[in-house]
Amino acid sequence: MSSRIEILNEGGFRSDGRRQYELREMTFDSTAQAGADGSARVAHGLTEVLVSVFGPREARVRAQTLHDRASIHVEATIAPFSSTSDRRRRGRGDKRTLELAATIKATFEPVVQTSLYPRSQIDIFVHVLQQDGGVLQASINATTVALVNAGVPLADYVCAVTGGVHAAAPMLDLTSLEENDLPHVTVASMPRSGHLTLVSMETRLHVDRFEEILRLAGEAGPVIHKEMRAVVRQRTKDLLDGMGKGLRESNPAEAMIEDE
Amino acid sequence: MIIPFSSPPTLSSASRFGEDVSEGEDFYMNDGEDFEAERATITSPGESITSARAFMRGHGTYVDSDEVVASVAGIIERVNKLVTVRALRTRYNPEVGDLVIGRITEVRIVALACAIENNERRKVQPRRWKVDANARQDAVLMLSSVNLPGGVQRRKLESDELQMRSFFEEGDLLVAEVQAFFADGAMSLHTRSLKYGKLRNGQLVSVPPILIRRLKSHFCSLPSGVDLILGLNGYIWISKHVQDNEKEGEEGFDAEAVYSNQNDDIDDATRTAIARVSNIIRVLASRSVPITDAIVLEAYEWAVERDSDAKDLLLGDVADALIAAVTTKDELTEQW
Repeated sequence: MSSRIEILNEGGFRSDGRRQYELREMTFDSTAQAGADGSARVAHGLTEVLVSVFGPREARVRAQTLHDRASIHVEATIAPFSSTSDRRRRGRGDKRTLELAATIKATFEPVVQTSLYPRSQIDIFVHVLQQDGGVLQASINATTVALVNAGVPLADYVCAVTGGVHAAAPMLDLTSLEENDLPHVTVASMPRSGHLTLVSMETRLHVDRFEEILRLAGEAGPVIHKEMRAVVRQRTKDLLDGMGKGLRESNPAEAMIEDE
Repeated sequence: MIIPFSSPPTLSSASRFGEDVSEGEDFYMNDGEDFEAERATITSPGESITSARAFMRGHGTYVDSDEVVASVAGIIERVNKLVTVRALRTRYNPEVGDLVIGRITEVRIVALACAIENNERRKVQPRRWKVDANARQDAVLMLSSVNLPGGVQRRKLESDELQMRSFFEEGDLLVAEVQAFFADGAMSLHTRSLKYGKLRNGQLVSVPPILIRRLKSHFCSLPSGVDLILGLNGYIWISKHVQDNEKEGEEGFDAEAVYSNQNDDIDDATRTAIARVSNIIRVLASRSVPITDAIVLEAYEWAVERDSDAKDLLLGDVADALIAAVTTKDELTEQW
């Protein structure tokens, strides 16, 4: 089916009307789950991921506590309705889900300042709600925003993007249609230092193309960072505005305060 | 596995966001003047705040290549040369003397047989409760830091250790004070005052800890027969009012009553008042308004005046009206 749809047509447009380096529309919602310490629902085009962060809190399994730092625990679930092609229920032991969780954990371990919270645990729950390519990228971006919302100290934002190559033409932020046909890499970068915390490739890619894609994905990081940063700042500002409204406790004229 | 990666900031073909990516270089840095300004400056992880040579790094920051860098999203605070970033949503950061409300998660009693077998273990494992107090680790309540039945001052006995569950059981709520910290940062609580102890006759509401400010007293009673305990860890206890002279304790210290699990009779009017107050607090918290006894009282009077049902307070438009009423009134009183 996909062979009939052109990945990149002669006019330089992709199947969904984007240019080679154009990213899909991103939306960030920080109000997704009130019960969590921090949460974020992030959408890249039709891919949508909800991440909830709990902690740092007391480790539920005593054997998992580390004495010098917090342990990070990631659990991923892929909703059965999230994909049109692969409509099956994935249990807890599913290999793909476990790998997604393990990748997210490995991405964030060098970024989260865990040594500040000895013997604690940070739980990250990732729910993939819709998939249209770039699930790992969306999960990482959502986890970043959720961790920031939870007030967990991070060295920097982690910005992930997928890059692929079609007949020597590199492109960014692949949809599932493109992901199925093209070799692709997911790159997670930290914009402040330019360091990469994750480079993940599940397909074969010619070594000559690799550097180009890697560089391109590294350049796309700051674009995503800018979006995330704007969202985080706006939320911080909103919270701050609310707090300004009740700033009056220094006025104890009210007679109702009863010392006990 | 961090790979150094230098990115020349030129993304030739424009992204959907149109703007120039290389502009990113600038928006990190607050220049010196900005930093001195006396207003709430918002920052977020990875943003440089100031030079590490001239300033000391505090909480919420780290030092990277001679710069103090924020590690959390929040507001920058400065005391002399110390720069900290305060996150607006985070777990409770305990300080000694804070009043907190917690829930028992675990009772740790080493069985007597085991203790006799292994005398050493007894010493390293003091009898304690673990308390969830919304902090990054569960707090510890030692058997020696609670009031034991039969007088305030007395030695703890073997029998006390065996009946620890008759004082506090898993799931019990209590109000306590932060007494000290352990080496790993966990807090130790105490309830050795008649103000502290087990909670009953009420309802718990949980709010972000930053919304609770330090007040003259965290025990308040509203005129409608409702007592309010504002725990600094963001847990708030709303309960039926208890007359001071009816309080258990003092000389006799009636352990039966202090550690009772039985609620008193609560009449309908008080139940409504409790529900109303807890919904008011939920509304205030949802709009990120700091919670003080004064503002709760004002909101309560507003709600009574409108004669609205307790449950209606949670509806969007009523909640907005409540916030508007309470906060605009504030500005008026401030002017006077």
